[in-house]
Amino acid sequence: MVDTQLVLWGQTIAYSSYAIVIILLMSWFGYNVSKPGKAGLVKPAIFYTFVGFLTVLGVSLHIVTYNTIPWTAIDLNRDDIQADKTFYITVENHEFKLPSEKLRIKVGEKVVFDVTSNDLTYGFGLFRKDNSMLMQMQVVPGHRNDIMWEFVQPGTYTIRSTEYSGPKGTRMILPDVVEVTN
Amino acid sequence: MNFKDTFLVGEQGLFKPESLTPMQKLLLKFVVVGLIYYGFAVIEGMIMRIYQIEPIAALGEHQYFAILTAHPLVGIFGSTYSIVFGAFLFVVPFMMKKPLWSYKLGCWTFWLITIGTLTFWLSGFISHYAPLYTLYWPLPVDFTQFNPMGGIFFILGIALVMLGAVFFVINIFMTIGYTPEGWEKQPSGALMASALGYSGLRNLFKKKKKQKEHLVPLPVAAVARGTVDVALNAGIILFTGVLILVYMIAHVMGFSFKDTAIDALLYKNWFWWGLDLIADGLVLIFVAGTWYLITMMITGKKIFMGNIARAALLVELIVSWTVWSHHLLSDQAQPAVLKIVSGEMVTAFELITQGLAFFVVLVTLWSARPLKMTNELKFLLGGLLGFALAVPAGIMQADIGLNRILHNTQWIIGPHVHVAILIGLTMTLYSAIYLLFPIVTNGAKLYSQKLANFHFWAHLIGGIGMGAFMGMAGLEGMLRRTIYFNGEFDLYMILAGLSGSLLLFAFLAFFFNIVMSLGLFGVIGIFTPSKLDSKLLVPEEK
Repeated sequence: MVDTQLVLWGQTIAYSSYAIVIILLMSWFGYNVSKPGKAGLVKPAIFYTFVGFLTVLGVSLHIVTYNTIPWTAIDLNRDDIQADKTFYITVENHEFKLPSEKLRIKVGEKVVFDVTSNDLTYGFGLFRKDNSMLMQMQVVPGHRNDIMWEFVQPGTYTIRSTEYSGPKGTRMILPDVVEVTN
Repeated sequence: MNFKDTFLVGEQGLFKPESLTPMQKLLLKFVVVGLIYYGFAVIEGMIMRIYQIEPIAALGEHQYFAILTAHPLVGIFGSTYSIVFGAFLFVVPFMMKKPLWSYKLGCWTFWLITIGTLTFWLSGFISHYAPLYTLYWPLPVDFTQFNPMGGIFFILGIALVMLGAVFFVINIFMTIGYTPEGWEKQPSGALMASALGYSGLRNLFKKKKKQKEHLVPLPVAAVARGTVDVALNAGIILFTGVLILVYMIAHVMGFSFKDTAIDALLYKNWFWWGLDLIADGLVLIFVAGTWYLITMMITGKKIFMGNIARAALLVELIVSWTVWSHHLLSDQAQPAVLKIVSGEMVTAFELITQGLAFFVVLVTLWSARPLKMTNELKFLLGGLLGFALAVPAGIMQADIGLNRILHNTQWIIGPHVHVAILIGLTMTLYSAIYLLFPIVTNGAKLYSQKLANFHFWAHLIGGIGMGAFMGMAGLEGMLRRTIYFNGEFDLYMILAGLSGSLLLFAFLAFFFNIVMSLGLFGVIGIFTPSKLDSKLLVPEEK
């Protein structure tokens, strides 16, 4: 199953490869632009091909991710998907208030986290034990902030605010309160 | 000359501040102040880098977040606005071959930005007012965390900078369109149409024989387009500032307005629309314009596919008005249509507009080879590389799926923001400074080429290194805008800190090189009044 760690690995490899290529390309250009040689004219067709390539690249990125990253389609269609569980959480005075001490979830369940802020803009994120992020969303006061997530692996997750809400916000952490079991 | 003499009068005593025109002095003042504020931003950045490795006991969390609030604002307004506005107030009349419309208004811009930046920086430093530059409602009016008096001075400082920006806008457009005294009547409307891209757009749909010649050079057209975004952005920030001020003054006077009167999501859309006019608007357009200017001056050639480049500037202007929603991809109440159209699709256009500028600049440079690897050329190549790295990083995070695991992480602020600003933008500005240095100083000589080389490599490696290590931490879940107390990401933060220190040393080397080139008396002389005519850009040849 595709999970966030796999996607991040894919991104790391794709971006790192690109970065190495572009750095090498610019180094080659910088070295050769100062060397004598035939300048040669670049045909406009090459220019238009390059622009076309960028257009295809820009658009196809989103088509590819929509079809390969499972939570994208779930997120955009969450109003039409039946949730297995919904957790209503409130945030006020830099504190998360959970419906129960632990949020217990079974692998494969589609869960909605419905978070309401009564004062400031906060963030709501789930983090693994190694501090890597599973997912996050913004929590804006006066609006419904709901995210549907399908858990594909068992684990224990920490809730942490992912948005700055003043200096007090740095300690908005609830360790190991989400438990996902088989 | 010995070291002491060089320090006092500059390299070979060549710099004579009394020979400078008021316009040259104005530009140099902008640059000196801009570099000093850049120094502020670098030192603040290093303090935060250390804090991310190990929170500094002597520096409280409130002070840390006050620094985090001031840092980008000092960097963008105090440093970049100063250098860019100063350069464009000189370059636009230089390329239009006529005097600046109002030298006095240019001076007002300088003082308003200088004093405004100092005001908001000091108010943050003293009062620890720290709602960050994002000012997410109702945080800026949360008086349980922030002192309203500190906030009032902070907002007033920002307002002064914006007023300076408004004066810059007026000066640029008036300079393009006005008729100087004693001149034949200038076609104001046609000049403005050319500057804003209307005539260029019309040319695209006409046969070559019927195409009209551009009245305004390409770099000036870029300045004009970017200046439209400066104007809109100043309006948004001023309006928001007034809104926040109303709440603060009411609180100080004993009244309490309900902060729920403002819709937090609508406000966030509004404010990001305005902020993105800087980040995804004027910065990209101004940078493209500066690339074109530097390339034309280095090669002596016109820009390859210049007509298309003009049209792209117009497209970029429209993109900058419709691109803001990529900042709200993690806001679940944001309409999906805005996320997809504005957040993903329009944002992807930046890959095209910036990629196009990148391509035509490289082709133009290539067509003029062999070129001497001067300081301006190597910094220009550095600037191009910076955007080639940072723009695709931004396109990736402006994706609904990827944003879910990247938003507010160090990935955003590292490989995207800091690489764009430090490598893309700042190296472009350094290129312009090295290029314009002999013109603006009437032939002063750079003190040390070795220091300039060190400046280049230390800045390039430091900037890319810092962005890369921050990005790696971000991919492993490290958030921005928070503090880690238990060394969770120490390895990456130590490496990012070492890279950051390279940036600091690069800046110190550059600043020392400039001071030694001009001499202490020369630097002081920049701030004394010039006896020459303020309409002159450079001294008349005898």
